[in-house]
Amino acid sequence: MKLRDCINLALRSLLSNKLRSTLTILGIIIGVAALISIIALSRGDQEAMIAMFQSQGDNLVIITTSEPAMFVGLSSSTLTLKDADEIARHAPSAAMVAPVSQAPAKVVAGSEDEETTALGVTPEYQHVRNLHPAKGSFITDADVKKRARVVVLGSQLAESLFGQSNPVGQTVKINKRQFKVIGVLEPKGATFGLEDRNAVVPLTTLQSYLLKSDSGRDTIQGISIQARSKQEISDVITQAEAILQERHHITEGEKNDFFIISMDDLVELGDQMEEMSMLVLGLVAGVALVVAGIGIMNVMLMSVTERTREIGLRKAIGAKSKDILSQILAEAGIITLSGAILGIILGYVMAHISSIMVTNMGFPFEAPVGLDMILWALGIMVFIGLISGLYPAWRAARLDPIEALRHE
Amino acid sequence: MGQVEIVALKELSCQIEPGEMVSIMGPSGSGKSTLMNIIGCLDKPTSGQYRLEGIQVDKLSDNELAEIRSRKIGFVFQTFNLLPRTTALANVELPLVYSGISKRRQRASEALETVGLGHRLNHKPNELAGGEQQRVAIARALVNNPSLILADEPTGNLDSRTSKEIMLFFQQLNQRGITIILVTHEANIAAYTQRNIRLLDGQIIADEKK
Repeated sequence: MKLRDCINLALRSLLSNKLRSTLTILGIIIGVAALISIIALSRGDQEAMIAMFQSQGDNLVIITTSEPAMFVGLSSSTLTLKDADEIARHAPSAAMVAPVSQAPAKVVAGSEDEETTALGVTPEYQHVRNLHPAKGSFITDADVKKRARVVVLGSQLAESLFGQSNPVGQTVKINKRQFKVIGVLEPKGATFGLEDRNAVVPLTTLQSYLLKSDSGRDTIQGISIQARSKQEISDVITQAEAILQERHHITEGEKNDFFIISMDDLVELGDQMEEMSMLVLGLVAGVALVVAGIGIMNVMLMSVTERTREIGLRKAIGAKSKDILSQILAEAGIITLSGAILGIILGYVMAHISSIMVTNMGFPFEAPVGLDMILWALGIMVFIGLISGLYPAWRAARLDPIEALRHE
Repeated sequence: MGQVEIVALKELSCQIEPGEMVSIMGPSGSGKSTLMNIIGCLDKPTSGQYRLEGIQVDKLSDNELAEIRSRKIGFVFQTFNLLPRTTALANVELPLVYSGISKRRQRASEALETVGLGHRLNHKPNELAGGEQQRVAIARALVNNPSLILADEPTGNLDSRTSKEIMLFFQQLNQRGITIILVTHEANIAAYTQRNIRLLDGQIIADEKK
């Protein structure tokens, strides 16, 4: 029997029981679509995360006193302005050092008000963290020197306070003191220690006007450092650590009261997380595929039993065992292949729609369905289809025509 | 304990010539099913010989038996055994698919015309009357130009009028030179044949030619 005839026979059999074929295919479609879209979404998530790390700033090293995974802890910081000065002076691999201080702030513009965090920074912060004012300008050395009451607004903060109108040149009240808006930042999404909702003011201004107690004035919440080159990132980490350990009187073997991380570490962390989630997804996918395979086998066994007489007849009129075997295998193959193809299409559509929905919510996002994923899905499904079709096909092929014809 | 050997046929010897129309009769348990399965190359005798057109069938493998069935034998069953939800044409084409013959559509529709169903090519079995279904089955048996048509109670599911039609049709086919063997337990059906073989307990008790 020719391959084309075999496929024809299989198709005819499948079409003669449309409901059962459709339901079986539907099960595979849903499984494959779920798989494809979940993998695409998780990939998109990882890519967005890595892109976010990379957009933080070139060769960026961050020193904080909070656990890197939490990014919180305002009050108990052990870092001081002097620490930042010492690093700037004695760490040869550091190109630029930007200390950051924080204070809770209530920003009022007309009838609108927002509770947020004010960041006190120096002009270096703009370069180290790769910031671009969408409107107006950033804080200057003169602003820092004069303790100028000027503020650069995060994009979201500017929008909730001023809507569509241009805030630059307008006045806002921060913790009841008047500040002049000199700039609005480009939207950047959530980043380390800086969000689109924050207000950015000169470091000195924050210390003088927005921090309550004198005791905390020299305390800063973080130091952002730009290494001279990618190769010198690890040198910066070693140098900064040595300086801080000395200044904080931390002896060898004692635990640091600060954390130093580079964006490269975070990208690596992201990669590791991706590997982990891929492993978990792979396991879930494996279980789903085994279930799909059992489903196919079940349906094929049922259909073989139901068609015992028909198989007997086919054998009586000249079908060889291998003809029956290949027909049943072809049926299983067609079911899985068409389910897989439709599932891939549905999964692609689902990933695309969720990308659009997430993007509309304000986070530019894309869930990519790669060719590799499509080929894997197709390959695995066809393999599963054939494996689970094999036993029913073998059972059908070895039916004795006489017995089968007698079957009621 | 253990398997008990049941001897279905013993010391049975008979020869059927090309162009004959033979009926085989016998009560249940007489071995007529076994005999029919052997003649139809569905089964091989555990001992003894069966030759079909000079080919010693009892020496053949399962695949070779399938080959012989598709080339030399056309089956007609009591319950028609058509594929459901499949057109008459596709049903008749089926043996040609397995024997790898081309121009299937043409040969299948010719066979259906031979049985008088040229106008029902695309009807499905459930859209046909019992007699028509059996004629589709006969067309399917004819389509490979077999040496032998083997009919097992072909009128068992038909009323007497339709039975008569079918039997007359078998006679027509026989007049064209096709060998026909039919298994029945009804004497009035056997009466349409020229030779009647009677079985009892696995042995031929009568072999009468008209």
